Amino acid sequence: MASELTIWLIVALPAFSFVINGLILRWLPEYGILSFRFTGRRSDLAGWLTVAAIGVSFILSLLALIKVASDGAQQFEMHSWIEIGGVDITFGMMLDQLTAIMLVVVSGVSLLVQVYGIGYMHGDDGYTRYFSYMALFTASMLGLVTARSVIQLFVFWELVGISSYLLIGFWLNRPSAAAAAKKAFLMTRFGDFGFLLAILYLYSNDPSWLDIEAMYGAIAGGMMAVSVASWIALGFLLGAIGKSAQFPLHSWLPDAMEGPTSVSALIHSATMVTAGVFLVARFFPLFEHSDIMFLVTLVGAITAVFAASMALVADDIKRVLAYSTVSQLGYMMFALGIGAYGAAVFHLFTHAFFKAGLFLAAGSVHHAGGTFNMNYLGGLRDHMKITYWAMVIASLSLAGIVPLSGFWSKDEILAHAAHADSTIAIFALAMGLIAALMTAFYMFRAVFKTFHGEFRGGGDKERDDIEASGQQAPDGLEHVHLGESPYTMIVPISILAFLAIVAGSFTNPVVGLGIVDHHAFSTFIVAENTAVFPDHEAQVHAGSEPKFDFLIAGVSTLLAAAGIALAWALFTKRLLISDGVTRLVRPVRTLFARKYFFDELYEDWIVSRGFYGYFAMLMDKLDIVGFDNVNIQLYRWTDRAGRALAKVQDGQVQTYGIVSVVGLIVAIVIFVVVAQ
Amino acid sequence: MSEFNGILTVTVFLPALAALIILVAKPLNLDDRIVRWFAILSTVAAFVLSLVVFLAYDRVAGGVQMVDHLNWLSAQTIKSSYLLGVDGLSAPLVLLTGILGMAAAFASRSIELRVSEYFIWLLLLEAAVFGVFVSLDLLLFFVFFEFEVIPMFMLISVWGTGRPRYSAMKFVLFTLAGGAFMFVAILAVFLTGAVETLTMVSVPELGIDGIPDQISGVNLIAPASLIFAFFLVAFAVKLPVWPLHNWLPDAHTDAPTAVSVMLAGVLLKMAGYGMIRINIGFFQETKGFTVHDAAGILSVVAAVSVVYGAIVTIRQTDMKRLIAYSSVSHMGFVLLGLTAIGGETAAHQLGGINGAALQMFTHGTITGLAFLMVGLAYDRTHTRHIPHLGGLWRRMPVIGIFFFIAGFASLGLPALSGFVSEIMVFLNSFPVWPWAASVSAFGVVLAAGYVLWMIQRTFFGSKPPEGGIPDDKFEELTDAEPLDLIPILALTIPIFVIGIWPKVVVDVFKIGIEGILR
Repeated sequence: MASELTIWLIVALPAFSFVINGLILRWLPEYGILSFRFTGRRSDLAGWLTVAAIGVSFILSLLALIKVASDGAQQFEMHSWIEIGGVDITFGMMLDQLTAIMLVVVSGVSLLVQVYGIGYMHGDDGYTRYFSYMALFTASMLGLVTARSVIQLFVFWELVGISSYLLIGFWLNRPSAAAAAKKAFLMTRFGDFGFLLAILYLYSNDPSWLDIEAMYGAIAGGMMAVSVASWIALGFLLGAIGKSAQFPLHSWLPDAMEGPTSVSALIHSATMVTAGVFLVARFFPLFEHSDIMFLVTLVGAITAVFAASMALVADDIKRVLAYSTVSQLGYMMFALGIGAYGAAVFHLFTHAFFKAGLFLAAGSVHHAGGTFNMNYLGGLRDHMKITYWAMVIASLSLAGIVPLSGFWSKDEILAHAAHADSTIAIFALAMGLIAALMTAFYMFRAVFKTFHGEFRGGGDKERDDIEASGQQAPDGLEHVHLGESPYTMIVPISILAFLAIVAGSFTNPVVGLGIVDHHAFSTFIVAENTAVFPDHEAQVHAGSEPKFDFLIAGVSTLLAAAGIALAWALFTKRLLISDGVTRLVRPVRTLFARKYFFDELYEDWIVSRGFYGYFAMLMDKLDIVGFDNVNIQLYRWTDRAGRALAKVQDGQVQTYGIVSVVGLIVAIVIFVVVAQ
Repeated sequence: MSEFNGILTVTVFLPALAALIILVAKPLNLDDRIVRWFAILSTVAAFVLSLVVFLAYDRVAGGVQMVDHLNWLSAQTIKSSYLLGVDGLSAPLVLLTGILGMAAAFASRSIELRVSEYFIWLLLLEAAVFGVFVSLDLLLFFVFFEFEVIPMFMLISVWGTGRPRYSAMKFVLFTLAGGAFMFVAILAVFLTGAVETLTMVSVPELGIDGIPDQISGVNLIAPASLIFAFFLVAFAVKLPVWPLHNWLPDAHTDAPTAVSVMLAGVLLKMAGYGMIRINIGFFQETKGFTVHDAAGILSVVAAVSVVYGAIVTIRQTDMKRLIAYSSVSHMGFVLLGLTAIGGETAAHQLGGINGAALQMFTHGTITGLAFLMVGLAYDRTHTRHIPHLGGLWRRMPVIGIFFFIAGFASLGLPALSGFVSEIMVFLNSFPVWPWAASVSAFGVVLAAGYVLWMIQRTFFGSKPPEGGIPDDKFEELTDAEPLDLIPILALTIPIFVIGIWPKVVVDVFKIGIEGILR
């Protein structure tokens, strides 16, 4: 059962939930309609409605996946949206292997996050609003992955952007939240500008390419010039860089942690920021056909290390996770760049579970400790056992420890890089290995600082300290109540931790497991995806039969173990810490902690001073003292000329007489002169 | 041969008649409330009529419909007649006028000063705009186009804020200067012997052979480029096109809310309509110069309008002035869409002009809504100075939500109507003028900048500690009243409908523009 209606329902159910929550449950009670216990600002109904809608979406997504797994990609009709002069802008549903996987990941993770939200957001004044935004976000993301037309994809792409804007700015009375929301939207929109230009260029070449499957056909049939493909791919890449917070458009993501933690779990780890990676994967034939694959690799490889370095020193546990996400997206990006399509999607798949789990666990930590600042946490291991173990499992998975899911997917990427036989791939491999070391270190730094040692006072202490220093405490600090979080929060975390263990080796086993075939995932995502990979050679190149490389696996595992050991030594045993070392690393630490001064560069120098303070100011002045002044002067001179001429018409007959006589004489003189 | 259906005449003159009744009833000293509701109900009636016109327009038959034709002047000497009619281009704009006229009347409920006079002028304004969109005779068009200046002058100078006299006078001077150019251009067409009519379109069913047919390929008494330019100047002032835009921020800032709604919503659209009907309609096959020759330079002007307008917008600190400048930027998209006429393929020409026409419609509802919401907020806060605002959402979430919708529609968020018109303009102008279109597309990023920053500083965050509204007053701020939802929804519903299913309007525009393109 995977008719077109089913796919539409997957997208439409959360959308309905958005409308019902946002319009009916939230607002009608304000006007005296439907106002009873379960409606209004804190409508309990809103939470369960959203869970139900997304739950059904998830079941339908599973059915779609089963359908695709048994019968291959499905074809549906296209529908006309705008039709002018023989050019039809169409929309329709796409259900291929990539879509099927994404549908399950998005709706599945979203479902768990919604259940978690019922507990986490309980009692918040914006409870109904929260669930309506979450439903909108889920609908947009599901719409994005099912879009078959480029314009349709762009529509949902932007809707994902607005959803994240709403959710980051959820606590809209906090100035920092409003600023972070604006920053996120603006920076991603800067990338979207490239995306938009690419669409325009694509359309001007051949409007029929707006249909993605037609575009695949055109590329396979050699109808698209390499230069054309390169320009289009460049624009798409810019959009992907913005959305996936890749270098150099990365700086919005850490600030985006202003939203509720469950929001971060959904949109800044598992799904929304993966939209950029999805975009590159969706247009993989286009990128393969273009000259800019090296750029994809370069961006991804640089980001993997660059973001990880900032995670090394972040004090806010959510920021550590945010940087970690950026870094992991970098892995996916460079995997796509070196052609390892299967590995990239596989890593996207496993990462969604353990990263969502980590964020939800961080939210659980905040529930107990009242703060995300790790300097005020510690020792929570004894108070929240489930959260602790979930966090450890997910961290081990992220660090790439065998046999957890992150190990398999990260390793596949690294192995591909090692066998790709190009300079850029070797560079990517080196960066990937460095980032692997850093990943293990920062994750276990976070685990040790949060859960081990002594509890350092939590939100209450931090508030006192900040107020003692004469500043105003931020809004996010809560009171401490040590203890495990409610079941609505713990159950989703546990499920995600379980998936963090099994998702890798079960979905893509290196040897057949009886019920699961040898390389089931890579076969599904690559070999069966014949629209993208038409022949066997292309399939193997994209990783349909990944080889397990013991050397790479050994090296990366050693690096991960070293990272964990270093973190253990530094943060539980306080080894290696001396004044000398501290002084030595301080400049580097400052550089990392200040995020390489990119915020200063972008916000202070380029936007505030350069653009707003200088360029826009000049334009504004030009408008007033330039253009408008011309108008005013024109008016004045007309006025003056009028007054001057009015003096001539003063009604004095004598003056008129003199002027007439003088004029007559002048006229005669001229006439005589000219006549001669 | 004459034909008279009457519906358009009724639509145009119903608001005028209502104005006349208020005038006649003035000596009775009726209660202000009666006058107010009489005026509001007559705009509702006009809206219903405009909706009937839009829905009754036969999309299969196409062409000019619902004609009212009377020979009122000697046809031999003046060549002009009373000719009203709608085609696919004007039918949606008539509807837009009906919607905004009604919204403006509802938004005028808080007017206390000289209520009768206020509504007389507002109703006359609506009548004039209806007249512009349905007149198919050039002289009649000109009369309506110029008549609108009088009610606008009165409304801004008497009921305005800030420097109303200055702004009203500036508006009048700019518009009349532009009108003078148009008058000369009309004279030139009139004095050309080969053109024996002042009818702006051909209506084969009535045996009317319009200017577009007669002007093609004949010798004009002045160079075609000059006549084209004179028409263009009149419309460029009104649209407005950089660098002729400086009247707009002043007029908008100082006008009362309802008048800003009308000004941004429909008055600017008369210019875009004129450009399509006259500059494109007349000058496609003229001798020596055609509209295609001007498209290149106009695309540059359009790009400058878009980006320059957006950059200046970012600097504004008055909410109304900010939206006014954003209109300069958004009207640049209209011009950009029109320049697709310079393209090779009919698809791009049609698509670009269609996008421009749709942009006029969408901008009318979006900016109308934005001004409406700013007006509602201003009625309560008594300040529009952005640094003095902040945290308004807490006190007025409904106003906030709709302001938010207007803002996001204006920055081109998909599923809202602004996106559809902008993407149509971009898609079809890019193949023709890639650089101008690319530069203009950056206007979308800038739009996100000024819209989000304004929302952040006014509705989000918290009240500024200094300046602005005192704490006790702030806590007393109220949200929109239920009745306010009528104009709000009248503007919001089209934003969503067109955003999701643009065919409702695009398919009608398409018929009109196909008829105009030769």
